[in-house]
Amino acid sequence: MEPFKPLAAVAAPLPLPNVDTDQIIPARFLWRKRPDGWGHLLFHDLRFDDKGAPKPLFVLNRPEYSAARILVAERNFGCGSSREHAVWALHDYGIRCVVAPSFGDIFFNNCMQNGLLPVQLPAQSVAGLIEALQQAPGLQLGVDLEQQCVSGPDGVTHAFAIDPFRKECLLAGADEVAFTLGLAAKIEAFEQSYERELSWL
Amino acid sequence: VSTLGRELAAINEPSRRSMVEDLEAHTRASGVTLFGLQDRRQGIVHVVGPEQGLSQPGMIIVCGDSHTATHGAVGALAFGIGASEVAHVLATQALWQSKAKNMRVSVDGVLAPGVHAKDVILAIIAKIGAGGGSGHVIEYAGSTIRSLSIEGRLTVCNMSIEAGARAGMVAPDDTTYQYLTGRPYAPKGADWDKALAAWRTLPSQDDAQFDREAHLDAAEITPMVTWGTSPAAAAPITDLVPDPAAASDANSRQAMQAALDYMGLRPGSPLSEIAVNRVFIGSCTNSRIEDLRAAAKIADGRHAVVPAMVVPGSGLVKAQAEAEGLDRIFRRAGFEWREPGCSMCVGMNGDLVAPGDRCASTSNRNFVGRQGKGARTHLVSPTMAVAAAVTGKLTDVRQLMRP
Ligand code: SF4
Repeated sequence: MEPFKPLAAVAAPLPLPNVDTDQIIPARFLWRKRPDGWGHLLFHDLRFDDKGAPKPLFVLNRPEYSAARILVAERNFGCGSSREHAVWALHDYGIRCVVAPSFGDIFFNNCMQNGLLPVQLPAQSVAGLIEALQQAPGLQLGVDLEQQCVSGPDGVTHAFAIDPFRKECLLAGADEVAFTLGLAAKIEAFEQSYERELSWL
Repeated sequence: VSTLGRELAAINEPSRRSMVEDLEAHTRASGVTLFGLQDRRQGIVHVVGPEQGLSQPGMIIVCGDSHTATHGAVGALAFGIGASEVAHVLATQALWQSKAKNMRVSVDGVLAPGVHAKDVILAIIAKIGAGGGSGHVIEYAGSTIRSLSIEGRLTVCNMSIEAGARAGMVAPDDTTYQYLTGRPYAPKGADWDKALAAWRTLPSQDDAQFDREAHLDAAEITPMVTWGTSPAAAAPITDLVPDPAAASDANSRQAMQAALDYMGLRPGSPLSEIAVNRVFIGSCTNSRIEDLRAAAKIADGRHAVVPAMVVPGSGLVKAQAEAEGLDRIFRRAGFEWREPGCSMCVGMNGDLVAPGDRCASTSNRNFVGRQGKGARTHLVSPTMAVAAAVTGKLTDVRQLMRP
């Protein structure tokens, strides 16, 4: 996983609540493999019409947002299916950070596994950011994980909380499996006592 | 995998076929038991796990699927994870987690005839919202939940994720222990006694504190249908299509209008006048034997006026239904009777709803494009699905019930 570095990039507003993972990546593409590349399929049915032509009004199709690497979304972003493909599509498209008032829990964890930072901010702050981004398309936001803050175009910074372990993993681009395997002895000991206690399993 | 047959060769797209072949080869190589396509126990994981007695009280169960909370119906902590986390579990036997918050949803009272577990969970989600359980594990409690069978509880817990909760559970009780007794992977003999003693210690204490609480009155729950593109967009069948103008803020108004546009619905028109062109009975929410029994009872002696299919959740459910003659009732009523699988719940295995078509479906998601590009989904209970099939429109099943 690539380490998460401080980011200053164009942010695209997506003011829809409950954007589910079926919208981020429709199920009919899911048989493809990870290395096949997923960025061109991101938000497929929102982004393209029936003939495959870009819908001009969809935010990522507008030229001002073509360099977007941050997405500012509404509540419950990434709800629904556990498909990690949703994160792959965002990642491969170039998105490195999604800001929203709340996230689907599984999507949130999937982001962490792929070097993509999900930032949870109060609904009011998000609404303010979305408004600013809509008024002046192409504005940049800053995201600093080390400092745990998002800086808006007006210079206001929004602090966010993140689990310290997840923060370390993202900053280091850590391989979680290798890290956990370092704790193998503890896991083994737990398993043995667990099996003693729950001997019917 | 198609639900038309069981032949691997029938999957004519090579990269899809190779997924199934890889699964068979890798499980064989690593000594993992697989209920493969030729195994009569094969089916949807959330149907098969409880059916085999693999899912037990007090267990921690993870699966690369968001409807894993289903298994919470037997008192397990069960939740969905992503592909990387699955790999992590297989490699390390462990998973990094932060502690979830607790929420208790209590439903009390007696359900009216024609009202089922599916209506209960749709009413719950309509009340607390699609993100209402985010960051929480839900415990479903109260006399209504207690009186549900395990099948009914599985239906309720299945849709926890549609309320944003990764996990949902029901405290184990005698109904649970009776259900588990004699199942192939359930403990036996002295092991059973030991397990039972441990399971009895699991329920929440009476004075347990929850971070959040919600209450519903069973008497107020009626047969439900969804009208929008989120499971929270559910309403009693007797209601009208809601009006976005009544929404509390501009964003919700916009989202609601977009949902109605996609669904092709007019505000203020009765939900019971919405014509459907398809009916699907199946999925990990509603494909168990009780679901099929309830559906067959309404279908018996009637005839579907739109294409309708019944897809059992597992090979054993299918065999049981056939032993009871349910397949004949469905076939006589003009329903297709398929091999077990996910089928039309998700637009990725050939069973698709055509663009613009409208489907009454017993599955769990009415998302944009879920059953196929441009497909319109109305979530309902199995008996409501039959009512829609035999009338060609969303219909209050209570009008079709016989004494
Ligand atoms: S039936 Fe539908 S929701 Fe359930 S596991 Fe299959 S695809 Fe997922």
